[in-house]
Amino acid sequence: MTFIWAFIVAGIFCVIGQIILDNTKLTPGHITSIFTVLGAILAFFGLYDKLIELAGGGASTIISNFGYLLYDGAWEGYQASGFLGIFTGMFTKGGAAVVGAVVFAAFFTLFFDPKD
Amino acid sequence: MNKDEYKKLVKKHTPREDKLHNTIYAFLIGGFVGFIVEGIIQMLMNMFDLTRVVASTWTCLIVIFSASLFTALGFFDNWMTKAKAGLLLPTTGFAHSVQSSALDYKKEGLITGLGSNFFKLAGSVILYGILSSFILVLLKVIIHG
Repeated sequence: MTFIWAFIVAGIFCVIGQIILDNTKLTPGHITSIFTVLGAILAFFGLYDKLIELAGGGASTIISNFGYLLYDGAWEGYQASGFLGIFTGMFTKGGAAVVGAVVFAAFFTLFFDPKD
Repeated sequence: MNKDEYKKLVKKHTPREDKLHNTIYAFLIGGFVGFIVEGIIQMLMNMFDLTRVVASTWTCLIVIFSASLFTALGFFDNWMTKAKAGLLLPTTGFAHSVQSSALDYKKEGLITGLGSNFFKLAGSVILYGILSSFILVLLKVIIHG
């Protein structure tokens, strides 16, 4: 059942993105930023947890998951060590995606040249 | 030919993208990515006896690794254009933007090229992600006391 929900939830996110992309002048950069903020907002209302419970990988592969992870890390940081925890905890969960993207991109850039 | 006629002529010849077609494409491809990712997560959970959180993080890294590699090999740009939002909104879009700006500015030097352009496209995701999370956590702290 999770598989079906994964398909539907990820699909719906992409459809919303595509509709915005087609009908407004917003660029892909705008769309990904909007969806990241949306993820943080959904996390704020406690909805993103439920979405992941329902759709698993369908929810955790969308860029909104990054906003959710940042928010969740910061909130857990606050609970563990107060105001400073917001700063130190922000990247405890979302950091993996950024570090991964940096390390892999730098690594592949060593060995590949741009193709036209 | 007056202005209005010219405008009509331009409108007639501007290539129009089929929005319904795009939307269906985005749904199918985005959904397929979600489906595959869930498959990898469950496979890792079963094979290595991991919790869902750990398996999700590994899967996220696998997706980023593949998207970066495919971008570096040169055929992912084509996929991105065809799939539109279907590959943009999954983590693949994030990895693709980092990898393609890294490759494009490689020849302009390590600092002024690679270094200063690395997050050219993905930077706004990180910036607004952090800002919004920070503000929302503050808000939650204020509400809950």
